[in-house]
Amino acid sequence: MLTLRSLHASLGRTAVLHGITASAAAGRIVAVIGPNGSGKTTLLRAISGDVAYDGRIALDGDDLARLKPWELAARRGVLPQAATLAFPFTVAEVVRLGLTSGTQADRSDLIGRALAEVDLTGFSGRYYQELSGGQQARVQLARVRAQVWEPVVAGRPRWLFLDEPVAALDIAHQIGVMRVLRRFADAGGGVVIVLHDLNLAAMVADDIWLIHDGLLLDAGSPARVIGGPALAEAYGCPIVANRLPGPQATFVLPHGLWAAAG
Amino acid sequence: MAHPACGWTLCCKAGWRDEAVPARDWLILWEIRLPRMLTGVLVGASLAVGGAVMQGLFRNPLADPGLVGVGAGAGLGAVLAIVLGGQAPAWVAAWLGWNMVPVAAFIGGWLSTMVLYRVSTRAGRTSTATMLLAGIALGALAGAATGILVYIADDRQLRDLTFWGLGSLGGASWPKIAAAGPVMLLALLAAPFLARGLNGLSLGEAAAHHIGLPVQRVKHVAILTVAAATGAAVAVSGGIGFIGIVVPHLLRLATGPDHRYLLVNAALLGATLLLLADLIARSIIAPAELPIGIVTAVIGAPVFLWILLRRRGLVDL
Repeated sequence: MLTLRSLHASLGRTAVLHGITASAAAGRIVAVIGPNGSGKTTLLRAISGDVAYDGRIALDGDDLARLKPWELAARRGVLPQAATLAFPFTVAEVVRLGLTSGTQADRSDLIGRALAEVDLTGFSGRYYQELSGGQQARVQLARVRAQVWEPVVAGRPRWLFLDEPVAALDIAHQIGVMRVLRRFADAGGGVVIVLHDLNLAAMVADDIWLIHDGLLLDAGSPARVIGGPALAEAYGCPIVANRLPGPQATFVLPHGLWAAAG
Repeated sequence: MAHPACGWTLCCKAGWRDEAVPARDWLILWEIRLPRMLTGVLVGASLAVGGAVMQGLFRNPLADPGLVGVGAGAGLGAVLAIVLGGQAPAWVAAWLGWNMVPVAAFIGGWLSTMVLYRVSTRAGRTSTATMLLAGIALGALAGAATGILVYIADDRQLRDLTFWGLGSLGGASWPKIAAAGPVMLLALLAAPFLARGLNGLSLGEAAAHHIGLPVQRVKHVAILTVAAATGAAVAVSGGIGFIGIVVPHLLRLATGPDHRYLLVNAALLGATLLLLADLIARSIIAPAELPIGIVTAVIGAPVFLWILLRRRGLVDL
């Protein structure tokens, strides 16, 4: 269980989060949505231990602020929005950077499996810099997955905190990555993911947090949040929510263009 | 000239004086050649490792203590000690003695590394452009201060300064090794412990923290290591360029950027290259001697350009 209690955070002199209280259960996928500048990324950075905050964040009962970097690393992996690399490492070397323990044999096995999971089998010897943006994003995801490969260790869940992991990916790989997260959550791991694509969020998430101006405007099931009135209020744009007939998934369309044209 | 066989004899006797070796040869080998060789090994290793650590810290393959003003800062410290060392209070002189020049160079290198890092890092991100520009500014400032000191120096100090500024292993002696050697050794021994941290930092500071590294501690140890390695090396040998940038580059091409291998190999290759450069410097126009900084620049600069031309794709970030 990840719990946030009256979480406040600032970037420089600008207050970004104004008191967010929420909790995410392991075994479920929580999608964080909200308009640009609403504080989604700052929220993710706060639970990743990157920015100073007021309030309390607890990861499975332990105060986040009291955990050492290496203790945190054993319990959660983080995929930042823009991942960079300074030197010409190969793909396998980048994934290896996420590994903190285990024997050498276990490691190369794990690297291979993490790369296979993001559809990059056969890329291990390639230079990271020579890959496309979408491939680089998948390498970074494989690195984060390798860090917390087992979703549950000694009865305690591990967590994935991901900021826009599929923004650079084509639609097939977007779905592939979402399947990876689904399996991780179904096996008992926790997933908190910042998403821009409301339809993707509606499809993949068990719970949705809608952030607006640093506050939690709405939280609950996709049907409730995506279909609810708070969504249009947060984005400041009329949004039509509907349900697909077959799988009963919620989907949305912005309404402004037709309204203007009509 | 020492007889070639004497070196072998000396090695076998491990410092024990053999009556068969003429006293003059013994003196040349023990008092001139051996300290010079040891200094070359230590300085070459320190410059290469200092460059590799700096590049890892700044996440930029073009960072070099010499290029970004750290060498100039260390140089200013050394010049301060040479020119104004006589004015120092008696207790300072007594306390530091022979150590005054290396200690001052170390402090100068450390200060300029700190300033450079502070200026070019904002919200955890180090800006390459800012780093290079700040390095130029720092280098100019240190150069100006050095100029003032040169102006007020007396003849004997001027000779020391000139000799020292051109870069040479010619001044190597046991007291200097005793003073600067431990500083360089400490930096060289600390460097391998930075390998995992620098590997992680290549992902950026945030991601380095995510994978479990104590980022601030890694950065502080790295800064201290660069300052110690560069400061002490500059103190004993003056300004020797290109070792710090060419050696890590060559090794990244040969064995990849993994710092677990890079740092150790940089020490070995740096030592080897500087010994070779010294061999050229003192034999090519014998009995006169070229400043070694000229040799490393004449060899290093074209090699560096060649690397850039061949592997432009991997240098671009």
